[in-house]
Amino acid sequence: MEPFRTLHSRTVVLAQQNIDTDQIIPARFLKITHRMGLGRWLFADWRYQPDGNPRPDFILERPEAQGVQVLVAGDNFGCGSSREHAPWALTDWGFRAVISSSIADIFSNNAVKNGLLPIRVDAGFHRRLLAEPGSAVSIDLERLSVTLADGTTTVFPLDPFARYCLMNGVDELGFLLGQDEAIARFEEARS
Amino acid sequence: MSPFSPRNLFEKIWQSHLVQPETAETPAVLYVDLHLVHEVTSPQAFSLLRQRGLRVRRPERTVATMDHSTPTLPRDAQGRFPITDAEAAAQLSQLEANCQEFGVELHTLGSKHQGIIHVIGPELGLTLPGSTIVCGDSHTSTHGAFGALAFGIGTSEVGHVLATQCLLQRKPKTMEVRVEGNLRPGVSAKDIILGIIAKVGVGGGTGHVLEYTGSAIRRLSMEERMTVCNMSIEAGARAGLISPDDTAFEYLCRRPRAPQGEAWDKALAHWRSLPSDPGATYDTAVTLDANELEPMLTYGTHPGMGIPVTGAVPAPHDMADASARNSLERALLYMGLKPGQRLLGQPIDVVFIGSCTNSRLSDLRAAADVFRGRKVASRVRVLVVPGSQEVKQAAEAEGLHDIFRGAGAEWREPGCSMCIAMNGDQAQPGQYVVSTSNRNFEGRQGKASRTFLASPLTAAAAAITGKVSDPREFLR
Repeated sequence: MEPFRTLHSRTVVLAQQNIDTDQIIPARFLKITHRMGLGRWLFADWRYQPDGNPRPDFILERPEAQGVQVLVAGDNFGCGSSREHAPWALTDWGFRAVISSSIADIFSNNAVKNGLLPIRVDAGFHRRLLAEPGSAVSIDLERLSVTLADGTTTVFPLDPFARYCLMNGVDELGFLLGQDEAIARFEEARS
Repeated sequence: MSPFSPRNLFEKIWQSHLVQPETAETPAVLYVDLHLVHEVTSPQAFSLLRQRGLRVRRPERTVATMDHSTPTLPRDAQGRFPITDAEAAAQLSQLEANCQEFGVELHTLGSKHQGIIHVIGPELGLTLPGSTIVCGDSHTSTHGAFGALAFGIGTSEVGHVLATQCLLQRKPKTMEVRVEGNLRPGVSAKDIILGIIAKVGVGGGTGHVLEYTGSAIRRLSMEERMTVCNMSIEAGARAGLISPDDTAFEYLCRRPRAPQGEAWDKALAHWRSLPSDPGATYDTAVTLDANELEPMLTYGTHPGMGIPVTGAVPAPHDMADASARNSLERALLYMGLKPGQRLLGQPIDVVFIGSCTNSRLSDLRAAADVFRGRKVASRVRVLVVPGSQEVKQAAEAEGLHDIFRGAGAEWREPGCSMCIAMNGDQAQPGQYVVSTSNRNFEGRQGKASRTFLASPLTAAAAAITGKVSDPREFLR
């Protein structure tokens, strides 16, 4: 995982509320045993026509979305199924952060483990981002802040451990494996 | 909190599973008693173990089955399973190979205890009060019906649990969902949970574990409690819980993998200490009056968009909030429904009775009561999919399959089937499905399909009339 400290990008806006993980990547694309290349199927049912050709008016197909690393979504992003294929598809497409007023628990957990930063902002800041698609944002993980072009800044909550792992590009398994003795003691005490 | 403060069920389970408590810098290390595994969310986790040269730390606490990508038609004349495509076949054989390599118990396709993971766990007596249970599937919350802290995880976390038997977790908040009163005839556990989600909202439980309390919950059977806990995730909650009681212990005492003899007595004494103490507190609370509940139906594209089956679809212009208005407009467009429209009489194309929400014996009995002596409406396709081989055999032993077939419904092999529509069982674009499953998301039951979530009784009533119907008219 690449270390994540700052990010400067324009935004792509999907203003719908309650975007569930079935929309992020439909179930028919889960019949795989690897995790590569899923960006092609990101938002597949919104993005492609029945004949398989992309819809040119869908935001991810538009020229201004290319290379964008920040997705701004409506309230309660990532609800539903626990499929980690959702953050795999988002990161494979190129997103490194998702901003919403609320983000579902399992999705948030899955996101940070894949270098995708879930950013929860207050309703006012959220409304502004939704109303200004393509706006430039600067994200600073050290300060846990999002700053707009006019200097407006907000801070967001993030678990300190998730932040540490993202900033250093380390995964959580290493930490857990380091708990081996404590786990063995726990098992011993219960048996 | 002093050691003598009253504690709720969640706090008791949480505290007894802490390998390391959380600190400001690090999450808690939580011990996992039972790890359930299936073919869709595990392959990349096993690959991770292989890449790092790790083993499964406690294979005896790990149980796998095949459910999502499995066919529900019987074997062909050559004894082969009619698996839809090469990718699904590869995924199933990958699980088989992984379980063999890492020494994990697998209930493979066609074996005696194969079925939906959340149906077979309780049936086998693997799901025990006071334990922690995880699975790479959001409906793991089902097992909370027994007073187990059970929740869905992602594939990275599946890898964590395989390797260490532990998970990193921040302590969630708790919400008491109190349901008092008596359900009226024709109103079921599914209607309770659809009513709760309509009230709390699809993200209302985010960051919380829900504990269902109250007289209406206490009166539910174990199968009904599983239906309620199953959809906790649909309110955004991490998990659902019900304090264990004699109903739970009675269910478990006959199960093959539950503790036996002296071990049972010891376990039972522990389980009796688990229920939330009098005076225990929660971070949030909501209440629901069971007496006022009617059979529920969803009209939109998430499980929070639910109304009584006799009700009318809400109108976007009644919504105060612009984004809620936009969300409802979009949902009605997708569903092909008009604001203010009554749902009764809406023609339907497919009925699906099954899924980890409603595929247990009592669900099939409820549906069969409606089907008995009646015929499915012409042009309506009806799939009845038992949750496990055990459910299938029990249903056939009492002749339910004959009732379904006699009415013109398809009686299938166990699996997730049309809940997630990964196995070839799916609805066609534009079709209306009355489904006992848990999600009405866009495209969930097949591309551009339209789902009304309902109880088995309401689904069966729709199968007979070919349109959305009030199940209370079919009570005998």
